[in-house]
Formats: sequence, structure tokens, C-alpha cells
Amino acid sequence: MANDSRGNGASGDSQWPLWEVFTQPQSGAPHEHAGSVHAVDAEHALQNARDVYARRNEAVNIWVVPSGSITASTPEDMGPFFDPANDKPYRHPQFYKVPRGIRM
Amino acid sequence: MTAPSTRTSDAFVEYLLRLGDDRLVLGHRLSEWCGHAPILEEDIALANIALDLVGQGTMLLKLAGETESKGRSEDALAYFRDTVDYRNALICELPKGDFGVTIVRQFLVSVFSVLQWERLASSVNEQLAGIAAKALKECRYHVRHAGEWVIMLGDGTEESHVRAQTALDDLWRFTGELFLADDVDRSVAKEGLGVDPSQLETAWRSQVADVVRRATLTMPGDVYMQRGGREGRHTEHLGHMLAEMQIVARSHPGASW
Repeated sequence: MANDSRGNGASGDSQWPLWEVFTQPQSGAPHEHAGSVHAVDAEHALQNARDVYARRNEAVNIWVVPSGSITASTPEDMGPFFDPANDKPYRHPQFYKVPRGIRM
Repeated sequence: MTAPSTRTSDAFVEYLLRLGDDRLVLGHRLSEWCGHAPILEEDIALANIALDLVGQGTMLLKLAGETESKGRSEDALAYFRDTVDYRNALICELPKGDFGVTIVRQFLVSVFSVLQWERLASSVNEQLAGIAAKALKECRYHVRHAGEWVIMLGDGTEESHVRAQTALDDLWRFTGELFLADDVDRSVAKEGLGVDPSQLETAWRSQVADVVRRATLTMPGDVYMQRGGREGRHTEHLGHMLAEMQIVARSHPGASW
């Protein structure tokens, strides 16, 4: 069947915006990325996130963020962003020996 | 503690069947969307709500069977009663229609359910009060979900507006039955076991009108109200639905899965 003028034929994807979902597994714990949902607005995104990612009691709180609002590093950034850290072990606290006499 | 009179006990069983059948039948209708909803997220949402309702129906029919004390389990009541023995309101058994009909119906019935459960949470029957406390949270979410959708459809495109208004107009004549009170309702209300549905109509109407207004829809005018479900006089649709719902259990009686 051909797509009609409203474009709701076999386009293969929802035309609603995409939202990223972050769920907090328990009070005090950090929110973790759970996945994404399509929704028309924030309230709708919250409901869809609840139904898709929290229906088995996995969360006590949910954040939804328009996917377009997230700025992410790209795979090409991997070298310049992360490699320089490899040869700088002194940036880790484990690099330093604790002098005797310091109480831990 | 003295045993409740037979008459009260009979009325309570009948009342529990009404509550249970409303949820079982509507839950089954909703489950027909599984795999067919407009988008994945809504498919899961409708299936979740369907499961909530079938779960509530299961608990209510179990309690009905125990109160009746004739050895009928919730499965026996769900799968081995015929159309004339079902006590659900007609609005629950109507075909699922398009997405607009499903959503508007879900909204109208869910608002009613919340009002029922709020009062049933203080039923003198502790089991029913316990079921109500759990179901109330579920149904509050159902109202939120369906209500947001009514607003999105009504205040959406020209086509979604027309479909939502048509659904509201078509379903309206089935809403009056929800608030009809007979001797059964008055008896369980008097004993503190149940709630007289006629007392819920004012609150229901104002909550529905609020969402209808925000959805830019129009409240239907007074029409002749259909009735009969509480007495087992159903539309032609229930028999077809039960045939599908009951076929496996009746083909393999006693099977477990």
C-alpha cells in the first residue's frame, strides 16, 4: 500500500520525537540510562517510560530528556579525549603511597 | 461474630460478580490490542492495563467464589459461565473499535473505577478492602494514561478530534448503567460491604467534563441510556468475546499451564 499524504503508511518508524529515559533504581542511587521511547511531549514520555522500563518495579524515579538535548562525544573523539589519560597514572589516587604514620 | 444473613451474602456475591466481570471483560477487550497498538510503547501500556484489570477481576471472582461457598474457583467463574450469567456493564463488552473508542471507553470506566475503589477501600469486608487498596493505585494510573490520551486525541488533528468526539457520543448511552442502583447495591451499601453506584455519578460527571473540556471535545447531551448487563441481558458482542476467551479452558477442562 502506498503512503498517503499524511505519511502514516509503512514509514517504518513513529514520527514522534525520541526521548532518552533514565531510571533511578532506588532512593539515593544515581539515575542510569535505561533506553529510549517515542512520545509527543514530556508527560507522554514519562508515561511511556514508566510502561516500558519501570513496569516491573525497577525504578523509584524517572527522568526523560529529549534525545536532541544530549550532546555526546563521537567515536572520533576517542583518541584525543581518552588516550592522554593512559600514561598519566599520577591522576589516580592509587599512584600515591601513603606515608607511614597517616591513619587511614 | 454472627454470620451474615443468607440474603446479604447472596447480594454480596452478586455484587462481587458485577465488580469482577466489569474488570475481566474490559481487560480482555484491552488485551485484544496486544501486538496491534499504534506504537510499541502504547502496545505495552495497553497490555499492562489489561493485565491490571484481569488481575483485579481474578481477585474479585476468587472472593466471590469463596463467599458463595459452592466450590467455584475464579477460573470456574471466568471460563464456565455463559453470557446470561455474566454481570458486567454493557460498556465493558463493546468491541474495542478504533484507538479512539478504546481510549475514551477506558477513560470513562477508569474514572468510575477509581471512585468505586476509593470507597471500597473502607469496606467492612477486609479482603475487598485489601483488593481496593491495591487496585486504586492501578486505576489512578489508568485514569492518568487514558485522560492524557483523550486530551491528545481531542486536541490533536482534525481526524483524531472527530474520532474522539464520535467515540464519546457513541459510548455515552452506555454510561448510565454504571450508576444504576438496585436492591443488590443498596443491600451491600447498607451493610458497609459495597458502595451504591448512584452516589458516584456527580463526581464522575465533573471529572469527565473537566477532561472533555481540556480535550476541546463536547459533552454529549441527555440520551436514552442502555442497560441490562447487571441482569445478564447483554449485547450480541459478549457471546463472541466469551467464545474466544473460554475456548481453551473448555476444550481442555482441568488443564493447567
